Amino acid sequence: MNDRDLVVNAQGLCRSFGPVKAVRDVSLAIPRGTIYGFLGPNGSGKSTTIRMLCGLLTPTSGEARVLGLDVRTQSEKLKQQIGYMTQRFSLYEDLTVLENLQFIAEVYAIAGKHRKTRVEQLLSDFDLQEKRRQRAATLSGGQKQRLALAAAILHEPKMLFLDEPTSAVDPQNRRDFWEILFGLAEQGTTILVSTHYMDEAERCHQLAILHRGVKVADGSPRDLGRQIGASIVEIIADDANRARIAMNDLSEVASVTQLGVRLRVMIPDSIAQPAELVRSALQEKHIEGHVEQVPPSLEDVFVAVTEMRGQEEQAA
Amino acid sequence: MKSLLRIFAIMRKELLQLSRDRLTFGMIVGIPLIQLTLFGYAINTDVRNLRAALVDQADTHLSRQLIADINASQVLVFRDRVDSPLQLETLLDSGQIAIGLYIPPDFDRRVIEGDRQAAQLMVDGTDPIILGVGQRLTSIAMGFDTQRRSASPAGLLEVRNYYNPERRSAVNIVPGLVGVILTMTMVLFTAVAIVRERERGNLELLINTPVRTTELMLGKIAPYVIIGLIQVVIILGLGWLLFQVPLRGDRLDVLWASLLFIATNLSLGLFISTSATTQFQAMQMTFFIFLPSILLSGFMFPFDGMPEIARNIAELLPLTHFNRLIRGIVLRGADIQSMSRDVLALLAIMTVMLTLAIRRFSKRLD
Repeated sequence: MNDRDLVVNAQGLCRSFGPVKAVRDVSLAIPRGTIYGFLGPNGSGKSTTIRMLCGLLTPTSGEARVLGLDVRTQSEKLKQQIGYMTQRFSLYEDLTVLENLQFIAEVYAIAGKHRKTRVEQLLSDFDLQEKRRQRAATLSGGQKQRLALAAAILHEPKMLFLDEPTSAVDPQNRRDFWEILFGLAEQGTTILVSTHYMDEAERCHQLAILHRGVKVADGSPRDLGRQIGASIVEIIADDANRARIAMNDLSEVASVTQLGVRLRVMIPDSIAQPAELVRSALQEKHIEGHVEQVPPSLEDVFVAVTEMRGQEEQAA
Repeated sequence: MKSLLRIFAIMRKELLQLSRDRLTFGMIVGIPLIQLTLFGYAINTDVRNLRAALVDQADTHLSRQLIADINASQVLVFRDRVDSPLQLETLLDSGQIAIGLYIPPDFDRRVIEGDRQAAQLMVDGTDPIILGVGQRLTSIAMGFDTQRRSASPAGLLEVRNYYNPERRSAVNIVPGLVGVILTMTMVLFTAVAIVRERERGNLELLINTPVRTTELMLGKIAPYVIIGLIQVVIILGLGWLLFQVPLRGDRLDVLWASLLFIATNLSLGLFISTSATTQFQAMQMTFFIFLPSILLSGFMFPFDGMPEIARNIAELLPLTHFNRLIRGIVLRGADIQSMSRDVLALLAIMTVMLTLAIRRFSKRLD
């Protein structure tokens, strides 16, 4: 892929806050028109990385170009071309929906005639027409989120940064929200979205998993599943608790996750027949249950990379 | 062009928010109303070293004795010796002196005859404390070696009250209140204005837009200039209605002085807002400035009565300079040009604060 097609091109980004290293050596290459996901728990450096890419935070070291602009020196120019939706609702709660959008349009200095049509178009696109005279403070979570997104794309940015956009909305609203994102991506907008929901990460074209400020894996969701270097064995046991204890006792098992009556057991690829291993271990302890090898989910990937990291760090 | 659009966008937003914030809106009108009715009387205190000037047209042994005796009392410091009572009046008008001593050519004869006062104290009576000082001076026993003074029914000195013949303290308080209220509201509103955006997270969005720092600052300041002027009108208008405080000077001068002072306070507020991280901190810092302003600026106690160190601190406070300006214009009818020192001082404070505020405000989060 040609470097010019990369909307975000970052090499070795680091950011420290005093002694705390929030982001360590993160490199990114995001092609035009993709929805790129940042998956990671709170405090994994997602927001810090996004802020560096927006030009809001200066990297301690490393380089990044967004839309061909250096985030260190050309951040003012960059701000005209990117949209940023903050984790927290950051529009004015004491202004109405319409007033908020008009304010943003004026701040981006969108010409008078175009301003009005653009605001109206967004109001109807985002299903906010009826709420136009309502104060932002009185909107529901989903409505606030749509308003924030409308404000972020008002000036038609080529690159959109969304920092945990769906943390305060219900599943239905999340689905609608993602449909809007796919629509934007189809029109050529590149989107970087951070999340800690697996199902959302699953929808991204490309994905990077962040753990304690380090990018521990990246690729498409499907590729990531193949890369983890472990297989997943699922157990449906009557006594899930005992089964879990039995699995934890096995030295070959990397991790056990319980989902109701189901157990997902992660076993490294170095074991040739993982299902057999699990079955014999259960029989030994006289635990009844159905055992089956299943394809890894994104959650398994997430567990695998973060656990392995944790073990590596402990070893070091 | 784009820049103007952005400044107006922020102004309009600020006004909209203000009109919906009932508490702040109430403060704009409520603070002047309450303070004006509450501050009835000032705190009285002993005064020393008042600036004074004298005219000695007698120039006799007796008149020199009088001057020496007044000097010895340490209440007045004679800075100038001029030639005519008219010049004393000019000095009073421009606020350079608080008291003038006029000794007429026939001073000796008046002392000996003892049926009239022998000399005159011209007192800036707008400050009741200074007026009181003048009155106390008349009872000073003069060590004349000839006759005993108590024999004279008329007394040695006559006090002539300038600008405030009725000796009402409200006359001095009301123009002073203009400055006090403007300091309180203007510094506080702007100090909180930017910190509030930071606290609510609005700033993270704003700094991600093409808005420039100067545009943001100007857009935030401008609405408060109008609010400040409204407050000036309320205070002076009510002062006139309730306490019959006159407006002797030019209204345009009042406008210029107020605009300058408002702008200075807003710059100060902006500077605070770039240093504080929470609204509470901004409030504390505002009071850090507000308290010395009230105590040292000459609003409560006469400036000349304070020790030198307090006077030096007071010179750094915008309110000190504004008090001189507004009292001069409103009470003595002075014009603003004759007090250019205070105008320059305000301009200097404003420039320093605004520059610091713009330099400290960063469009980055680090």
